[in-house]
Amino acid sequence: MTTKLFGAKVQRVEDDRLLRGAGRYVDDLAVGPQAGTLHAAVLRSPHAHARIRDIDVEAVLDLDGVHAVWTYDDLVEMAAQTSAPLAEPLPLLIPHPALTHGRTQYALARDEVNHVGEAIAFVVADDRYLAEDALSLIRVDYEFLPPVVGIEASRAAEHLVHDDVPGNIGARLEQGTGDAAGAIAAAPHRLELDLTVERSASMPLEGRGVVARWDPDQGRLQVWSSTQTSTGVRAAVAAKLGLDLGSVDVITPDVGGGFGVKINHPWPEEVLVPLAARVLGRPVKFVEDRREHFVSAAHERAQVHHVEVGFDDDGRLLGLDVTFWHDHGAYTPYGLIVPIITSTQLLGPYKPQNYHVVFESLYTNTVMVTPYRGAGRPQGCFVMERTMDAIATYLGKDRADVRAANFIQPDEFPYDQGLIFQDGRELEYDSGDYPASLAKIKALVGWDEFEAFRADMAAQGRRVGIGLACYVEGTGVGPYEGAHIHVETSGKVKVATGLTTQGQGHQTAFAQIVADALGVPLEDVEVTTGDTRRMPYAVGTFASRAAVMSGSAVHLAAGKVREKALRIAADALEASVDDLEIVDGVIGVKGSPGATIDLGTIAVLSNPLRYAFDEKSALATQFTVGDPGKPPVAEDDEPGLEGRDFYSPERSTFASGMHSVVVETDPDTAEIRILRYAVVHDCGHLINPMIVEGQIHGGVAQGVGGALYERMVYDDAGQLLNASFMDFLMPYVTEVPESIEIDHLETPSPLNPLGIKGAGEAGVIPSAAVFASAIEDAERGGGGGLTITSMPISPSELFALRQAQGPVGEGTVVEGPIGEGTVVEGPIGEGVEGPIAEGPIAGGPIVETAGKDRP
Amino acid sequence: MSEELHAVRLRVNGTSYDVRVPARRLLSDALRHDLGLTGTHVGCEHGVCGACTVLLDGTPVRSCLMFAVSAIDAEITTVEGLTNDDGSLGPVQQAFKECHGLQCGFCTPGFLTTVTAGLAANPDPSREEAREIVAGNLCRCTGYQNIVAAVQRAAALRQAQGPAEGVAP
Repeated sequence: MTTKLFGAKVQRVEDDRLLRGAGRYVDDLAVGPQAGTLHAAVLRSPHAHARIRDIDVEAVLDLDGVHAVWTYDDLVEMAAQTSAPLAEPLPLLIPHPALTHGRTQYALARDEVNHVGEAIAFVVADDRYLAEDALSLIRVDYEFLPPVVGIEASRAAEHLVHDDVPGNIGARLEQGTGDAAGAIAAAPHRLELDLTVERSASMPLEGRGVVARWDPDQGRLQVWSSTQTSTGVRAAVAAKLGLDLGSVDVITPDVGGGFGVKINHPWPEEVLVPLAARVLGRPVKFVEDRREHFVSAAHERAQVHHVEVGFDDDGRLLGLDVTFWHDHGAYTPYGLIVPIITSTQLLGPYKPQNYHVVFESLYTNTVMVTPYRGAGRPQGCFVMERTMDAIATYLGKDRADVRAANFIQPDEFPYDQGLIFQDGRELEYDSGDYPASLAKIKALVGWDEFEAFRADMAAQGRRVGIGLACYVEGTGVGPYEGAHIHVETSGKVKVATGLTTQGQGHQTAFAQIVADALGVPLEDVEVTTGDTRRMPYAVGTFASRAAVMSGSAVHLAAGKVREKALRIAADALEASVDDLEIVDGVIGVKGSPGATIDLGTIAVLSNPLRYAFDEKSALATQFTVGDPGKPPVAEDDEPGLEGRDFYSPERSTFASGMHSVVVETDPDTAEIRILRYAVVHDCGHLINPMIVEGQIHGGVAQGVGGALYERMVYDDAGQLLNASFMDFLMPYVTEVPESIEIDHLETPSPLNPLGIKGAGEAGVIPSAAVFASAIEDAERGGGGGLTITSMPISPSELFALRQAQGPVGEGTVVEGPIGEGTVVEGPIGEGVEGPIAEGPIAGGPIVETAGKDRP
Repeated sequence: MSEELHAVRLRVNGTSYDVRVPARRLLSDALRHDLGLTGTHVGCEHGVCGACTVLLDGTPVRSCLMFAVSAIDAEITTVEGLTNDDGSLGPVQQAFKECHGLQCGFCTPGFLTTVTAGLAANPDPSREEAREIVAGNLCRCTGYQNIVAAVQRAAALRQAQGPAEGVAP
């Protein structure tokens, strides 16, 4: 009997290559003098907001080793010659009706730049050194415009990012269920919170890169891109260059991490490099450097939120009203995905009954925003979990108990939150068991014993705190993924999925699924990802969708192959299909050890041949197989042992989890140390627990970065002050928890054949929330005191909070009636043009009020 | 804009390579683009991430912070030189595989070379010492727990096998 691989901690099949230095990342392609590769570099704006009066490239035109120098005017000229839309703005990939003022950049700036780093000119030279030399000789005459930096300045709208976007507002979207305002007004208790999350970024160790080669003989363009979506890049490049989709291949080689930033496409370079390859007739490569990545790839996270909540004596939510402002930077190519996710997923495992949310997505003269691991969920989780903590503090209740009082119960699934999710489908949770998760996390971290630990530590003069944060993650969004499986006559199984991979171990996980479904050894299965030649229909790797979508698709495709293999074997073995089984790649009749045929031979028999080219194929010629009374290939059949299938779910799956962290804060220096980190995670059935745990580890590390270290520091002029790894602080091993305790819960999803949910982003979602909770707890020592409303938090910021909010233990919560200058007069959200709350946008202290004080 | 080229002999993983490079050519670029040894990766080009770490006479250096012409007298070891003589994975490589110490694999060559040097200096590190060995390299995927485990596993494999050939102490 073949050992079942689904659920086993199988070592990764991709590792051998990567460990030998034999990986093929995009910069590893077309190397060496023989390759004849040309190298591109991009002149980027040093100013955040300026009109371009003139660009002088005269000094570069005749330089030795320089092959092309292009500005926007050159794109206009080439567009006129080819009728390709080269001079039009780059596509707005995900249009949403609420995005009334969507704006995207040009491949090269037309007459205005809107952030430092925006592409202005493009040079192709013999090598990158020469290309950069050439950039330094290009002169640009700018007329400076006032930059708009940060949410406060954008909202104030004293200056506009785009002249034709009033108020800097790209979109305004409102959703709700029930009567939030009425329920809050009638609630026995109410609180208001202002909560801020700073900008951060995915920051994969490999930046963006693209290589292109034009084959004039075949009229084909081949593009290799470090992307999260080969098919997306293919369609975008074909459209921009005016080529048939069938003339463009996009291949994603090994990718050195993505975390979201590589989902946006096409980047200007993904248009310019293929264009240059075609025009110059040579392979062309662009690989960005780290500073370019900081100032021209996307960021995320920056949002300011205002919360009003009404609740009962048990802390049960009666009404929740959230208004927030999303800084989407200078352009909106990826639409409203991030704020829509925040606005819906902040509900987490809870059921507020009456909920209203409205957000504005704002332009600023900073790098654009597209999803970064978690994609809006960390902010949403921060908002909801800070609210839960505030309620617990207000009522003097255990934070875990307040959460438990609000959980959707196991018998309430599927649970419809009454909202529309990012994919345009209902926000309906498929399955889960949140009380069981809570019990597990409390046991794992020692929640109920913590006060004794705190007392022990206090006796030593040490200050510790514990935090808890819960989340739900919509994973496995559609619309679909597909898989193609081909069994070679050698018996080797070739699997192709169009979905890409960036280190999540897809080659292993998908091979596990296929090996089980087809009954073959793991080592006989080879998985290719992200190659449009092998599978031209695909979406991409993001939003924790790969396992659910492609996993299901390969399972279904393998089922088709198995069915066909058994049908052919039944003929060959003169047995009934029902009596056959496949074990280790050999089909046999159950209970008859002698009657067997291997899959490779079935592959031979599946394809009737005229010509014998080896011993095996001689088995399949017209004189050896088939019934002379019938066509060699039946009307409803096709030659070859292949299968292709697609998986397209009705809606997303919903994974969930809970994190708890124990921190120590230094009474003098405000240094923050992690003493313990625990995770309970439910992603349905686990394909490979080793890989899932690796994803959790990595997510937690990124979360630690986001909570304690990472932020994009812009000055008022729109200069990114920390655009290097020296200054943008990502965790080293010294900054992450020494160990992460993990426990799994498996509530299988009813939406797919394997019962799985995604796991890629989970680790990072609750980080800001759980650290805020723990640090606050440590500083309060279990009593009232310091309140954290803005993340990340550094030791110096914690120190400043201590100074501002008073010593530990002295309650400084502001009391007073709600709405004193913090809430707009009249109801929020009267249609699209209605007013939006004008609360303070920086994280202020929580304002609380007794119900009777409500006007 | 023609540049003066320097004839340089680089000795990498026991093989000598003759190249002609400008004085400003980074060692990382020379290894990758002139010699085709693309296992050494460039993550930041300012010496912080450690992805480009190679061994120079056994000592880990950032090849993105060094010119190729400065490496002429050294024995350079890259990730391609860390396998055993029979072609099987070397102990550090094997340990990373067993411990799931890599995900996207981009930073991995820098970790492998760094750990190789670390274990040469301290063949039996404590967990804390294992963390110190990798404390100068960035990984964005793994969260490091499995990397630290791999350092200790590599120490065990290495002691069972003896130090890898071709790597200077």
